[in-house]
Amino acid sequence: MSEIDLTPLQLALEKIIPLGRSGLLPALHAAQKIYGWLPQEAAAAVAKNLKVPLADVHGVIEFYSLFYNEPIGRRVIRVCTDPACALKNADGLLDHLCSNHGIEPGQTTPDLSLTIERSPCLGLCDQAPAALVDDHAETNISPDFHSYDLGIPQSLVYGSIHELTGNCGDGTTTLAKYGDYPAFKKALTMRPEEVIAEIKAAGLVGRGGAAFPTGVKWEGAARAEAIQKYVICNADESEPGTFKDRVLLLDDPHRIIEGMCIAAYATGAAKGYIYLRGEYPYIAPVLEDALKEARGAGYLGRDFDIEMRVGAGAYICGEETALFESIEGRRGFPRVKPPFPVTHGVFGRPTVINNVETLCNVPLIIRKGAVAYRQYGTDKSPGPKLFCVSGDILKPGVYEIPFGVTLRELLVMAGGVADRRKLQSVLFGGAAGAFATPDHLDVRLTFEDLRAAGLPLGSGVVMVFDETRDMRDVLSRLGRFFAHESCGKCYPCQMGTQRQMEILNRIAKNEAFPGDFVRLQDVGWTMTDASLCGLGQTAASAVLSAMKLWPELFEG
Amino acid sequence: MSIKLMMDDKEISVDEDVTLLDAARENGIDIPTICFHEATTSNALCRICVVEVDGQRVLQPACIVKAGASMKVQTRSEKVVRARRTILEMLASTMDLSDAPEIQQMMVEYGASSNRFPDAQRRESEVRDDNPMYVRDYSKCLLCWRCVQVCAEDAQYTYAINFDGRGYETQIGTFFERTIPQTTCVLCGQCVGVCPTGALKPKREYLLEQGLSPQEISVLNMGRKRRSKVTGQKSE
Repeated sequence: MSEIDLTPLQLALEKIIPLGRSGLLPALHAAQKIYGWLPQEAAAAVAKNLKVPLADVHGVIEFYSLFYNEPIGRRVIRVCTDPACALKNADGLLDHLCSNHGIEPGQTTPDLSLTIERSPCLGLCDQAPAALVDDHAETNISPDFHSYDLGIPQSLVYGSIHELTGNCGDGTTTLAKYGDYPAFKKALTMRPEEVIAEIKAAGLVGRGGAAFPTGVKWEGAARAEAIQKYVICNADESEPGTFKDRVLLLDDPHRIIEGMCIAAYATGAAKGYIYLRGEYPYIAPVLEDALKEARGAGYLGRDFDIEMRVGAGAYICGEETALFESIEGRRGFPRVKPPFPVTHGVFGRPTVINNVETLCNVPLIIRKGAVAYRQYGTDKSPGPKLFCVSGDILKPGVYEIPFGVTLRELLVMAGGVADRRKLQSVLFGGAAGAFATPDHLDVRLTFEDLRAAGLPLGSGVVMVFDETRDMRDVLSRLGRFFAHESCGKCYPCQMGTQRQMEILNRIAKNEAFPGDFVRLQDVGWTMTDASLCGLGQTAASAVLSAMKLWPELFEG
Repeated sequence: MSIKLMMDDKEISVDEDVTLLDAARENGIDIPTICFHEATTSNALCRICVVEVDGQRVLQPACIVKAGASMKVQTRSEKVVRARRTILEMLASTMDLSDAPEIQQMMVEYGASSNRFPDAQRRESEVRDDNPMYVRDYSKCLLCWRCVQVCAEDAQYTYAINFDGRGYETQIGTFFERTIPQTTCVLCGQCVGVCPTGALKPKREYLLEQGLSPQEISVLNMGRKRRSKVTGQKSE
């Protein structure tokens, strides 16, 4: 191994050393930026400076798919081949790219100029097919592309209301344009418990997928006694088909920061984190700028400040306790619950962790009041909601609508099924979701109606498949996604996602073995019933729903 | 204080703060375990000890869930048995269970077939024989984490080993695949002591299995440091 110059790394580490082990991901990102990958000497220097055991540093590098312990190309192209991009011939694009450069997916050219990889969903489903080229989003890629756009993705925002997305669609909203945090100022005139009461009265529930009542969460953290409390914005948006948070983060970061300020005031937290997924590198400078502006204006930096953390390629880190582990500089293994984050969160302290869209609802509720907020939606599902519409649809994008609009109305709003084809199915809620059919078109999009129909709202994914699509191909991609993203901690998910993928691949190739139907069902049920965290518990959700709807697809 | 709860339709009385696993064992109810070990932190990761608790959406790991007053627990419900059988079948299709008689016994008990998953990709690994004390055969590793735990905060604070890869591809590994003597390992042997499947094996035992006689092994002088009689210094 050739000697490497550790001077620039040492310089970069100066600022990170005070973070201790929690600085491990930032330090590895910094090292990888300098060397292009993580040579052993650099990893050892990081370990020594942050006082983390060598083996643990190795374990962390190995866990995150965007960290490399061997040389990769100076340019890295990650092509998404998950369902929405696959509908737009992402596989063809990947093959084309690879054959142009004489390599296979996952390989690097001999001159180390280029690495091409298959990537899990990049959150660019409305502009498919898409790829991440180094730190830039490449969208709507045409099959004959040879120059790179190297930009940030467009924000395609539609819908019947614009309460959450009013500032979206026209580039980043600066502080000057956003305004002087009126909701936060109003909150400061209220007592913390009044702020929480308002959030509870508004009936706000989490928009990340679990739909837990936000006010109850805040109240739990507010009541917990501790010398330090935290507010975290979960911006690890990685659920296949989900891209709403990308739009909010890019175009309206101050709404999120204002929401976090209000949460911090209500719960007594002095420190915040925004945990941004590693596949959104082009959002990082936007957030850093916004945080700087907010500090300059005095909203941050006194009683409360926010640090941005960037993930490194691990869907599991969207699970709240895995996200804490990641901030603490560890492999993203989910923790056993209870204890819950409101009492034992990041660094074992009381923590409020909310999704980006959830936090964006907060300033709206405080500014307008719970009663006005409830004018949108239904009694049990109040407020506005963002839906991520993608797939075989004329106008894919983020749709802001009040809860209660029907699926049919949403699809009409989005121009209907593309190419005048008929609707076959809709994947609801993401990879961890379930399929709807034309029979579900009149279901109202509310928590209560969807639950009754056996469909999860999840993170608001509405991925449309037309009559020509082979659902077995879609399922095998979902299977691959979960096998790639299982953390490996608990046995049902660690082995179940692998076995599920193997069986789904056979089925997609029309090579099912006798007994595969029951085999797949046993694996699915076992993951659902016995897995440790939400990833494993939902890794078979879409598959099991498809088995109910179209059993004939799974016969040998 | 003692509390009363129902386990398998039988009322049992246990001390407050015991786990469901302890509660079951005290009352002669068998709940199988794989990753659980009295001396290590329970992580509830093998999920073979899951039980059905009334009012809970998903199955609960008995090794960490505390017994609660008036809880209703089923340790052999249909769901529980299906989960245990499937986990065992997946293990058999993943790794070499030849040195894990307890798991083989469980497979018989739960009617688990060792070839339920034909054509499954197995986790295979070369035998690593790189130190005088123990041999590592990760084809037999079922990722119970005990070795990593005793090497770290559960016992030795040595931090010689951690994980390679993630998900199904996970394996126990060292910093950049260094050999054991190149790590912080102090050859304390605690990892070997807690390994349930023979993935970590004393070198002497391994050599005996390979057909070497005790005499041949003593010539190799494995696992012992010979000291010079005169100076008391180490020699080759």
